[in-house]
Amino acid sequence: MVSREALAIGRVKYGVTICHFTRNRCFWHKVTAHPRALESVLRTAHQMIVETDGMTDTLERARVSGQSRGEVIREICRHLAPFQTGERPITGDTVIAKDLTIDSLAIMDMVMELEDHFDISIPMNVVAEIHTVDQLADTIQKLCARR
Amino acid sequence: MGLFDRHAGLLEAYRDVRTTGYDPFQIRMERVLSPTEAIINGRKMLLVGTNNYFGLTFDPSCMEAAIEAIRAEGTGTTGSRIANGSYSEHVALEQEIAEFYGKKHCMVFTTGYQANLGLISTLAGEGDQLLIDADSHASIYDACKMTQAEVVRFKHNDPSSLEARLRRLGDRPGNRVVVLEGIYSMLGDSAPLREFIEVCKKYGAYVIVDEAHSLGALGDNGRGLCESAGVLDDCHFIVGTFSKTLGAIGGYCVSNDPDFDILRVTVRSYMFTASLPPSIVASVRQALKVVKARPELRTQLWANVATLYEGLAAKGFKLGPEHGPVVGVHLPDRMTAIGFWRAMLDAGIYVNVAVPPATPNGVSLLRCSVCAVHTKEQLEHIIEVMTGIGRQLGVLDDRTLRVVGGAR
Ligand SMILES: Cc1ncc(COP(=O)(O)O)c(C=O)c1O
Repeated sequence: MVSREALAIGRVKYGVTICHFTRNRCFWHKVTAHPRALESVLRTAHQMIVETDGMTDTLERARVSGQSRGEVIREICRHLAPFQTGERPITGDTVIAKDLTIDSLAIMDMVMELEDHFDISIPMNVVAEIHTVDQLADTIQKLCARR
Repeated sequence: MGLFDRHAGLLEAYRDVRTTGYDPFQIRMERVLSPTEAIINGRKMLLVGTNNYFGLTFDPSCMEAAIEAIRAEGTGTTGSRIANGSYSEHVALEQEIAEFYGKKHCMVFTTGYQANLGLISTLAGEGDQLLIDADSHASIYDACKMTQAEVVRFKHNDPSSLEARLRRLGDRPGNRVVVLEGIYSMLGDSAPLREFIEVCKKYGAYVIVDEAHSLGALGDNGRGLCESAGVLDDCHFIVGTFSKTLGAIGGYCVSNDPDFDILRVTVRSYMFTASLPPSIVASVRQALKVVKARPELRTQLWANVATLYEGLAAKGFKLGPEHGPVVGVHLPDRMTAIGFWRAMLDAGIYVNVAVPPATPNGVSLLRCSVCAVHTKEQLEHIIEVMTGIGRQLGVLDDRTLRVVGGAR
């Protein structure tokens, strides 16, 4: 996770994908200009993360103390980003199998990655009942709390 | 909403596939000439996609046994074993398979699909935990839809991924049942079974191994991966099929569990479908004898696998991770795979094409299955044809192309 300040001091590299959130809406940007140029875009964001900047350590540490909603949604969005259609942002209401170009097998593979990230298991029958990003986040938070 | 509306996406993809002029899923074999040749579209084709690993479909002794059985006992059993009774041959076949594995019990099913479907969904019941490899066969996935157990997938051929999932279960009640395959049907890779077994032992999990593609191919006696990995005693249930190496149809499960026979009155895919006809039972019994008596078929199969795999690898094709009776050739996308498949057919060679969603990780593949009775000439011909098509379609890399250009 990087703060807006981190961006400003240039810790974000060109070419990485970043996402930011405004009330659970997740927006993605490819950093093609100097990060400073993105600041206007990010002014309204509460938090933002960088996909590949070797900062996963921070995420790992955060795991120990349960999962914040934002954290969980961000991780889900990170996996769903490649399947986004057009400019439509991924939100809590996004119906995973319908609004995105992801097939059922890829959904199950994503779930497997999320399982390992959060160190939980989500049974297949539970996955079958999940439709939206919010529902997936609910499930993950619930299972994390039980861990 | 119309009944077929939900298949709109699939229908569209299927239409794309058929634009090549052939439908890879509805190929008609006008006449099958031998394990390696058939007439398709009026032309003689070389078959490299049949799972007929030992070529036993035309073994004279198996054919004779089947014909004899029809004369003696008729064409079919017209019912299930719990309703119409077992023929002596069903029982004899079960004893012979149990003996082959050195296990106490065996149950024969009408197909391997039904064996997996019924067994897995029955063995893992309410309150149990079923753990399956991500690349499992459809029959295993379908069992997961039927079971009352909780089902979790682990990463393909990754014992540490299985271990993480078993560990997370902690002290929750319920049996742990793990399902693995000897050789995976798309890429021909086999499971790291010893490592898996160690993990299963550590967590007290039951192990079911599906040897569908490894029966005959692996192990000093052809029992499969359980034998070659030296863990026959640690596999609680071994499942397999008669439809590949044994050249017929049917499925089986062997086990040492003393209460195994209760499955005969609990597994619905055994109870509520007709049993195998006498001819099939007879040819399978004979085929098993052939597998035992002719280990040279296994040697020949692996020699052929090496020829095809190494030949294709040398030309620059991207293949499955290891030698196996299935040689999966990676292609960049669905339409290239279908175009490639079609070009192979035009060149007189029949292989399987496998595209998403039937493949792991969305890969598109040509799936070759090797037969012990393929000749060296046939295999070299396949490599030559595939290389030619691969170059035309730009699938083989530039370096290979330049060499060809320079040679001209
Ligand atoms: C791994 C695996 N299990 C089971 C089966 C089903 O076998 P059968 O053809 O006997 O139904 C197959 C064959 O497609 C398979 O590949």
